[in-house]
Amino acid sequence: MSFSTAGYQLAPVLPELVLAIGAMALLMLGAYRGQETTRAVTSLAVLLLVVVGVLVYAQPAGKQVTFGGSFIVDDFARFMKILALIGSAVTLVLSTEFLSDPSRRIFEYAILVLLSTLGMMVLISAGDLISLYLGLELMSLALYVVAASNRDNAKSTEAGLKYFVLGALSSGMLLYGSSLIYGFTGTVSFAGIAAAATVSNVGLVFGLVFLLAGLCFKVSAVPFHMWTPDVYEGAPTPVTAFFASAPKVAALAVFTRVTLTAFPGIVSQWQQILVFVSIASMALGSFAAIGQSNIKRLMAYSSIGHMGFALVGLAAGTVEGAQGVLMYIVIYVAMTLGSFSVILAMKRNGQAVEQISDFAGLSRTNPLLAFMFAMLLFSLAGIPPLAGFFAKWYVFVAAIKANLFTLAVIGVLSSVVGAYYYLTIVKTMYFDEPAGQVDPMRVEVKTVLAVAGLFTILFALFAGPVVSVASAAAKSLF
Amino acid sequence: MTTWPILSVTTFLPLVGALIVYLSRGDDEAAKRNSRWIALWTTLITFAVSVILVMRFDPNSADFQFVEKANWLATGITYHMGVDGISLPLVILTTAVMPFCIIASWKAITNRVREYMMAFLILETLMIGTFSALDLVLFYLFFEGGLIPMFLIIGVWGGPRRVYASFKFFLYTLLGSVLMLLAIMALYWNGGTTDIPALMHTAVPRSLQTWAWLAFFASFAVKMPMWPVHTWLPDAHVEAPTAGSVVLAAILLKMGGYGFLRFSLPMFPLASHDFAPLVFTLSAIAIIYTSLVALMQEDMKKLIAYSSVAHMGFVTMGIFAGTMQGVAGGVFQMISHGIVSGALFLCVGVVYDRLHTREIAAYGGLVNRMPLYALTFMIFTMANVGLPGTSGFVGEFMTLLGTFKVSIPTAFFATFGVILSACYALWLYRKVVFGALVKPSLASMKDLTLRECVTLFPMIALTILFGVYPKPVLDMSAASVQQLVNNYNTAVTAVKAAALLH
Repeated sequence: MSFSTAGYQLAPVLPELVLAIGAMALLMLGAYRGQETTRAVTSLAVLLLVVVGVLVYAQPAGKQVTFGGSFIVDDFARFMKILALIGSAVTLVLSTEFLSDPSRRIFEYAILVLLSTLGMMVLISAGDLISLYLGLELMSLALYVVAASNRDNAKSTEAGLKYFVLGALSSGMLLYGSSLIYGFTGTVSFAGIAAAATVSNVGLVFGLVFLLAGLCFKVSAVPFHMWTPDVYEGAPTPVTAFFASAPKVAALAVFTRVTLTAFPGIVSQWQQILVFVSIASMALGSFAAIGQSNIKRLMAYSSIGHMGFALVGLAAGTVEGAQGVLMYIVIYVAMTLGSFSVILAMKRNGQAVEQISDFAGLSRTNPLLAFMFAMLLFSLAGIPPLAGFFAKWYVFVAAIKANLFTLAVIGVLSSVVGAYYYLTIVKTMYFDEPAGQVDPMRVEVKTVLAVAGLFTILFALFAGPVVSVASAAAKSLF
Repeated sequence: MTTWPILSVTTFLPLVGALIVYLSRGDDEAAKRNSRWIALWTTLITFAVSVILVMRFDPNSADFQFVEKANWLATGITYHMGVDGISLPLVILTTAVMPFCIIASWKAITNRVREYMMAFLILETLMIGTFSALDLVLFYLFFEGGLIPMFLIIGVWGGPRRVYASFKFFLYTLLGSVLMLLAIMALYWNGGTTDIPALMHTAVPRSLQTWAWLAFFASFAVKMPMWPVHTWLPDAHVEAPTAGSVVLAAILLKMGGYGFLRFSLPMFPLASHDFAPLVFTLSAIAIIYTSLVALMQEDMKKLIAYSSVAHMGFVTMGIFAGTMQGVAGGVFQMISHGIVSGALFLCVGVVYDRLHTREIAAYGGLVNRMPLYALTFMIFTMANVGLPGTSGFVGEFMTLLGTFKVSIPTAFFATFGVILSACYALWLYRKVVFGALVKPSLASMKDLTLRECVTLFPMIALTILFGVYPKPVLDMSAASVQQLVNNYNTAVTAVKAAALLH
């Protein structure tokens, strides 16, 4: 497909092109055939995501650069893209029931998820500040609308609006930071910035802080986390599952790429910011979750905490750290999708129940569901031999190597605090008296839960290959 | 010699059993009976396989035996299993105690039997794995993984304050362990591997030794438990079902002592030497203080729990004496305490099943109705006191002897523990068993059933056998203990010599 001048090949962006054209074709289908095509559009969207995933997987190994360095496809990008695609595809599958309600037959939902995923892929491959911003905005604008997709529900609308206002603010900060960085380095490309930013100066650091603030907002790290609990609680549950998985992958990927490839010369400057952000996120995620009674709100605080743990690896600023981030995000996505499929399965008489007290005695009424959720919760708490332990192992092992002992000690201590609220849910399910029957699970929810649950429980058996892939992907950044 | 991975088979057989229990569907009487039998047979077969380990074990070698190694995670973290003279006795203790736990739960557990048996079988796999893992990450996996089934056992089948007890157990232990996890990571970067035998021969810088020792100590001291971090134990013991208490006392507490022997002494000899006075002080306090606390208890299980803390004090004292007698005595005391305290909790379970209270004041004069029980309880009480002729005596005597060579004050104070243990144990025995049978609720008490005899009599036999003939256990561990003590003393004297030169 090299029908263009050198430096502007289209082969590296083939998956993104397919996704963009496919999304537009599906939009046409929906627009001309009306809302009764919702089901077909959603199914085709899942298929499209799978095809794109295969295309990404089939791309040749090694680094390819196109559009004059704005777009980078390396092992790291391919790893993160496949993960983001899995997250999007699975959440679309989980949305089937939400979309089957006659009042909510909106085919645009799937299109928006596709466009948002396209934004993520651009974001993950971004090689300069322009493509970073383009990808970020495409992803975010679609997310704002998806958050409000249950438009007759006040909470959902509120969530969308809140997310939009705060998101716009963060985009502004990010742009402001980018312009400062451009002003002080004279370039927008990450490689160029890296070459220019060998010594820190105030203006550059100022720009860096604003840029990182914008990115922290996207991964919902403290102190830019305020939107998370409200949006998680207000948005429809499948949408929350989507927010908690794929966009987090993309945001964390770009966070990693920007810090490690654009600012390797001034590690000490951003390292202290990241150390603060991750300590604050881990602590807030652990302590604030204790008082929650709504499971989605609790998952919001849990995800804030988990982003803090993932950033521990990034704070190390080394290959091991990047590998830790990759391992963390893979396992985090699996645990999150599993947990949200449990939350989706919690229905009584067709009504979704979201209070933690509604889980009471689940181990009697639905032992398998309770067991899977308990394992996911223990895994989220980082208890071996479940997957969550390995996630924590790889980020903390990097922090120890980088001599970030304070960070590591505070991190593991807050994971003990975090264990408390996960245990509270296990206690509710296993030690308390049953609160009533749960409706039978839908087949797609059951499948997602089974895959995510088995991944979490049996991770120790196939950890080796995952580690080597993550290690190769991390090395491609350096 | 071995062609099949006998150690992994021993470790993972119970897990297979748990899967079979899971597959036996249903919750009616037949299903309950099935899961009980499957669990019993699994534990028995596991025990039989572990007996093969003993038969093929070469006691003259200090090296790890039955070694299995396979790739697991990249870069220096492997699936590495093996046992030596220190871990094998503990593996056997685990496989031997588990069938008794299953039998003891036969009638006592009536709801959610299937889950109960699965939890116990999974716990057995994790416990055996802890003692036979030769890789730090693998060790941590088994060590921490045990929290999950134990949390559920206490929380689901426990007493009235089970939620509090299970949370306290879980969080206390986790808090200690996460610090150890960081130390494991530091050792990984220091040695480039988490392989335990390799790390034993890797020099660890003095400052790292100190920090790593403290981090490992945080984990094992909680697990042991040592004073002042022992407070989770009485709660956990009181609320856990009988078999849960037995496992806790007989096996889970031994993980702390095993950790000291496997990691603290061989990997951080200098730090161990530096901190030995601290351990001696804590052990002596534990022995005297918790014995005094035991004197004040009104709950039988709580009394035995506090006595466990005191007895574990002898183990830590002996281990950190760093002498042949002390360390060998520590290993022996762990095995002996495993049998005796396990049996004592079974004895409490016997009367609890009949009267559903553990209050000491609710009993009295049981000898009139239950002569066989009185005799059994007497033997274990005497073993707990450390009467010569029972296994309790050998361990206490050896640890005291070993400590005497190193620190006379510690041995002096620890000896009070022997007297105090006689006070509380005999007091408990007199209150429960002797006196006139006046309480009407006790009038219909039945003596030991056949099932209870099956659980208790083999333990009597072992208590007395090891009391008069402790050689099997001591011989099994001798070579490994010798090597451990030699390496420890070499490292310590080398530093002392270097210090003198300067």
